[in-house]
Amino acid sequence: MEIVGNQEKQKMHPHKFTLWVAIGSLVMMFAGLTSAFIVKSNQVNWKPVSLPRVFWVSTGIILLSSLAIQLAVRSFKNREMNRYRLLTGITVLLGAAFLVCQWMGFRELWAQQITFRGAGGGQFLYVIFGLHALHVLGGLIALFIMFIKGFFGKTKLYSSVPVEVAATYWHFVDALWIYLLVFFLVIGKN
Amino acid sequence: MSEAINIHSGAAGHAVHHDDHGHGHPEQSFISKYIFSMDHKTIGKQFLITGIVWAIIGGLFSVLFRLQLGFPDQSFPILETFFGHWAKGGQIQPEFYYGLVTIHGTVLVFFVLTAGLSGTFANLLIPLQIGARDMASPFLNMLSYWFFFIASIIMLSSIFVHTGPASGGWTMYPPLSALRQAGDGQKIGTDLWLIAMALFIVSSLLGGLNYISTILNMRTKGMSMTRLPLPVWAMFFTAVLGVLSFPVLLSGAILLIFDRNLGTSFYLSDIVINGEILPNEGGSAILYQHLFWFLGHPEVYIILLPAMGMVSEILSVNARKPIFGYMAMLGSMFSIAVLAFLVWAHHMFVTGLNPFLGSVFVLLTLLIAVPSAIKVFNWLTTLWRGNIRFTPAALFAIGFVSLFISGGLTGIFLGNSTIDIHLHDTMFVVAHFHIVMGVASFFGMFAGVYHWFPKMFGRYLNNTLGYLHFWVTMVGAYLIFWPMHYQGLAGMPRRYLDKRGWVSFNQFADLDKMITVVSIIVFAVQLMFVFNFFYSIFKGRKVTSQNPWGANTLEWTTKIKPGHGNWDGEIPEVHRWPYDYAKDGREFIPQTEPVGANESKH
Repeated sequence: MEIVGNQEKQKMHPHKFTLWVAIGSLVMMFAGLTSAFIVKSNQVNWKPVSLPRVFWVSTGIILLSSLAIQLAVRSFKNREMNRYRLLTGITVLLGAAFLVCQWMGFRELWAQQITFRGAGGGQFLYVIFGLHALHVLGGLIALFIMFIKGFFGKTKLYSSVPVEVAATYWHFVDALWIYLLVFFLVIGKN
Repeated sequence: MSEAINIHSGAAGHAVHHDDHGHGHPEQSFISKYIFSMDHKTIGKQFLITGIVWAIIGGLFSVLFRLQLGFPDQSFPILETFFGHWAKGGQIQPEFYYGLVTIHGTVLVFFVLTAGLSGTFANLLIPLQIGARDMASPFLNMLSYWFFFIASIIMLSSIFVHTGPASGGWTMYPPLSALRQAGDGQKIGTDLWLIAMALFIVSSLLGGLNYISTILNMRTKGMSMTRLPLPVWAMFFTAVLGVLSFPVLLSGAILLIFDRNLGTSFYLSDIVINGEILPNEGGSAILYQHLFWFLGHPEVYIILLPAMGMVSEILSVNARKPIFGYMAMLGSMFSIAVLAFLVWAHHMFVTGLNPFLGSVFVLLTLLIAVPSAIKVFNWLTTLWRGNIRFTPAALFAIGFVSLFISGGLTGIFLGNSTIDIHLHDTMFVVAHFHIVMGVASFFGMFAGVYHWFPKMFGRYLNNTLGYLHFWVTMVGAYLIFWPMHYQGLAGMPRRYLDKRGWVSFNQFADLDKMITVVSIIVFAVQLMFVFNFFYSIFKGRKVTSQNPWGANTLEWTTKIKPGHGNWDGEIPEVHRWPYDYAKDGREFIPQTEPVGANESKH
């Protein structure tokens, strides 16, 4: 890592850049799945799915968490460490709440007899939303580690790059969720 | 900012060995130097050696199934000794045959020619040729290798399970691969295959991310994008292709895992198997093919582009001439990379694809001939009237061009949807892709190993063995694969265990024997190369000069055996493109030399 740090000042930190390339890669994975969805939904015997209400709640939660982490980045840069700790804590809680809402949504669909049997909108929903939830979970674990580290930081000067990388990733899973929600509302219905 | 870093590295220096020599490299333990290393050069060697092990396994498997294809009547008791019930009575059993074919394909395409080739040379060459101390994230780079290693262990273990390895073909098409009751190979072997491939995808994504951000962000002063050596450009396009296409394969594999294990029917519909009617409804097996080939076709270029890049460099260095058409090389690599994403359905002409849609894919497929031809033209004109040094590396590079031409031309046949109706799934396809993608990329890899071995280990490979390796492999490759074109034109199908039932194919019995004998010889020569490789690491002729090939690129400005960080002092600054050979009466002018006042422009 030291070797990277010693490079002369660049336009964008290589780790941030790497994250953007990784985001491109994740976009391709979800593009693959949603285009599979489109192909399948044009075939006979397609069973559409309507979204349970609770997914609207989770949308609100993840939007709020995006706001929280953005404020956390700002307070980190302003060296307001107490505020930073509070805001990352809130982000972690909201992220966990999002996952709980997703789980409730899955339960509700399952109760409507939409199980893994078949190949309709419901099954795609489990796969696509499930994968998204896994990516949220990954981000949540990273945020949680960052939150804990916020209490034990001993060095006085440190770079805001890790915090910014985490925030960018978190905004990405948020935006991805909005895309998936709109996708299922528009294309999943018919 | 910089103050913070100084404090940091100073503190680290203190903690380790009580001096404030901030740039020093403390003595590393064996484990952090050779095993969990974060040095890109060591990681490259790890990829190479793992790739060599896999190549031996994959090559051995092809010899085994060639024995069956060449001598279907013969019994080889030794096979029963080694493989037990897989080779009952000394004959390869059908399930084993399909397992061998599947693992041969998977291993050579992914584990050898993707990880072993671009894993090795992207790691070795990118930081050295762009003038960086290491990758953008050495840690992710290390993870990339270890994910590959775990994937390797899992794939290897699938060979030893009782029901045998995955046997649905390297493409793993459902419904065959999705149903456990379809055969022994579809049981745990396929589960292990899927897990290994998922880990492999993670590995190549981590690697690819690093390659891209290293090339774009960490170039030394003066190293503009148009001064990059061609291998680096090739690795860049390779990484972009991988990062954009592997995730799609992963999504295809995830749906397959759901179908296999959780009862969904994404790929399954209306199936009766062993008299049992399955409840699955509404799935489409063609969907998998779309997802698979959206990766699968770029994968071909993931394999081929690094070889192209290295061959360009090696030809230019050894012809002692500038590469012909540097910008045309970039343009053609760019258009190959773009077209790679737009041609996947040419693997699916006979799946009931709409013929109108098919014609679009025919057009786009044939368009690839244009950049390919530009590249071939440029390689030939680079050699033209050059002062060629026929080192083993140069021979393999020239061999690459030969194979790329002869294998590429048959692609024009297969790219036509009408001709493909006849040729699809015949030996013609086997001949085509083995020459153009398999053997050609292997030649690029061999050229790279012979050329950069001095940089990797500070010693040379043995030349005599190198020449023997080249000539036997070159002649052997054509003897093995050329006749397969005729078999395919006559309609002989690929993947079949035993063709004796067809009177029309009996005429090929002797030809098949010949192919098998030659493939055994070629395999033996590869083992000789492996011996040469490991022997030379320890006992090879020592490299005495910093720049043994008289090359311009930055890797030859490092010490003969560079440590972690590559350059002892400052990273050199770059003043010119890498191909100033035979210029203004000088044999070569390294990239680090400032442009003189009276120098002519290239």
